[in-house]
Amino acid sequence: MATENPPAPAGPTRGATRKGDRIFLGLSRGSGITLLVIMAAIAVFLAWRAALAISADEANFLTAFEWDANADPPRFGIAVLAFGTVVSSLVAMVVAVPIAVGIALFISHYAPRRLATPLGYVIDLLAAVPSIVYGLWGALFLVPHLTGLYAWLDDYLGWTGIFSYEGGAARSLFTAGILLAIMILPIVTNVSREVFRQAPKMHEEAALALGATRWEVIRISVLPFGRSGVISASMLGLGRALGETMAVATVLSPSFVIQASLLEPGGGTFAQNIAAGFKEAGSMGRDALIASGLVLFVITLLVNGAARLIIARRKEYTGANA
Amino acid sequence: MSQTVMADAAPRDAAAPTPTLRRPRLPRWAPAGLAALALALGCGIGLIGGLDSRIQWGLIAAVLYVALTAVLAGAVEGARQAKDRLATSFIWVSFLLAVIPLASLIWETIARGVKVLDGYFLSHSMNGVITMEAGGGIYHALIGTLEQVALATLIAAPVGLLTAIYLVEYGTGRLAKAVTFFVDVMTGIPSIVAGLFVLSFWIIILDFGYSGFAGAMALAILMMPIVVRSTEEMLKLVPNELREASLALGVPKWKTILKVVLPTAVGGITTGIMLAVARVAGESAPILLLVFGSAQINANPFEGAQSSLPYYVYEQWANGNEPSYDRAWAAALVLIAFVMILNLVARGIARWKAPKH
Repeated sequence: MATENPPAPAGPTRGATRKGDRIFLGLSRGSGITLLVIMAAIAVFLAWRAALAISADEANFLTAFEWDANADPPRFGIAVLAFGTVVSSLVAMVVAVPIAVGIALFISHYAPRRLATPLGYVIDLLAAVPSIVYGLWGALFLVPHLTGLYAWLDDYLGWTGIFSYEGGAARSLFTAGILLAIMILPIVTNVSREVFRQAPKMHEEAALALGATRWEVIRISVLPFGRSGVISASMLGLGRALGETMAVATVLSPSFVIQASLLEPGGGTFAQNIAAGFKEAGSMGRDALIASGLVLFVITLLVNGAARLIIARRKEYTGANA
Repeated sequence: MSQTVMADAAPRDAAAPTPTLRRPRLPRWAPAGLAALALALGCGIGLIGGLDSRIQWGLIAAVLYVALTAVLAGAVEGARQAKDRLATSFIWVSFLLAVIPLASLIWETIARGVKVLDGYFLSHSMNGVITMEAGGGIYHALIGTLEQVALATLIAAPVGLLTAIYLVEYGTGRLAKAVTFFVDVMTGIPSIVAGLFVLSFWIIILDFGYSGFAGAMALAILMMPIVVRSTEEMLKLVPNELREASLALGVPKWKTILKVVLPTAVGGITTGIMLAVARVAGESAPILLLVFGSAQINANPFEGAQSSLPYYVYEQWANGNEPSYDRAWAAALVLIAFVMILNLVARGIARWKAPKH
């Protein structure tokens, strides 16, 4: 642009870093490095204890259907936990994501402006409700209220095998999934709403000018723009659901079997198993729990990393929120 | 638009009946009317069918509403409008579906929580209380929560703040990129994993006992990324002109940051830290692993087991009897109130101190 740039100021301004500056830079860079060190330390310490536990494990760590880590010799495997974690999180995603996208669209495009802003606040506040409160509510309110629904599901979908239900307390993986769905709704909604709000107004107006209905406007201009945002929002929600501890620990009645039916009590998740088994665990038991925690850590790391990469890519390609 | 077209068309073939450009539309009250009808039908079917779960009544009504609207709109207004109506009703239904459980959560907590919540409950511990019986309180848990969260903030806030300063004011190159990425990833660490980490290195390897401080370390790990994120956003909002003006006057960079940049963003930074506090104040999983829980008042966070509000809720729930449930609900109510007040105050500060530019 400027053709006659003055020559760059030489030496002094750059070279003469003051002492205060050096200290301050050192401090702040040090904090950044501290964060990286903590992340590395988490991985290293968990891996160390996990390695001890897994080498002492008499059963196959990945495929065994039992958890007797305190026994001598210890026998434990994560198959049931992995299954339970994946199933409950999947149920949560299937239930929560469409609804969250619906609410996000409701707030960004359907609700009257006067209603939309307070609604946004309320959703923000709900995201702050502690998970143990969701757990308490789930155990004492949601579980008794789901038996009717489960009996109904059993009547009509029982033949599939996944929805058979024999009565009794609804303390199953499916219940955990529903509770997780309710818990991640606010987060997924919040992130999606932000993305939808950034959809270019010009595109929407162009679509309207062509005679599109409101839904067509959303389908043509808002959803394509927000797709990657919704994906990353769901993955953030998934990360939350995978690692949720107390809510699952309160609504699930755990056992080390894989139930064909989602509605029958039993199964477990990584986080729930740690919370439930910790107080009775001896030193080997604790290491075994740490090993399962390491698996959870790696899974959430992958899910969250992927979500962040999707967001980052979107920024590069669309130039949104520059 | 339709007006001009009509005006053009009118003179040419005045004999022909004026073509109507408006498609027939459902009256404005149709959605409300259909919603009422669907609700009535849903309740009717529920009553006659003898379904005892109100959730089912609601679901039937919702399905009926969506189907009715789509069919009616399809018949009167055409397929495109029907699709639009379908989408609208899906969005409304999804909104209502989400509001019901969330409202019920708040309602149940308040309704069941006020039962035992009083001055006695707030000022007594569970020491010597038989869990099967009413009585006892959350004083020990309140002390635990306040101390653990305060310690966590003391650890996390400076590190988070300085990291954010590094990223915004100094950060270029690979280190800054790595920090940014890992801060993002760290946001997603499950609280129980943070707890396990502190457990493995502080309690198992360094052989310290369970204490409030151990819990505070795990909470600090959870807080740091939140503080970094929000502070970063705030620092980015500070206009560059301010920095340049200060630097042009010969003020060193560190002083510019301390005296110009930070004071400008102080409202937002406080908000971020308070939101982070609110977030970790509700964490129970690391407390379960590291602080272990206790029925007695222990005001020393560096020595011996403590309790905390969220852990107290879990513990009382696990007791599995009515008086304990009452205590759990009351503690949950106190916890929600604490978190909500923090949130509201934080947002108030953000609005009051928002940087203007």
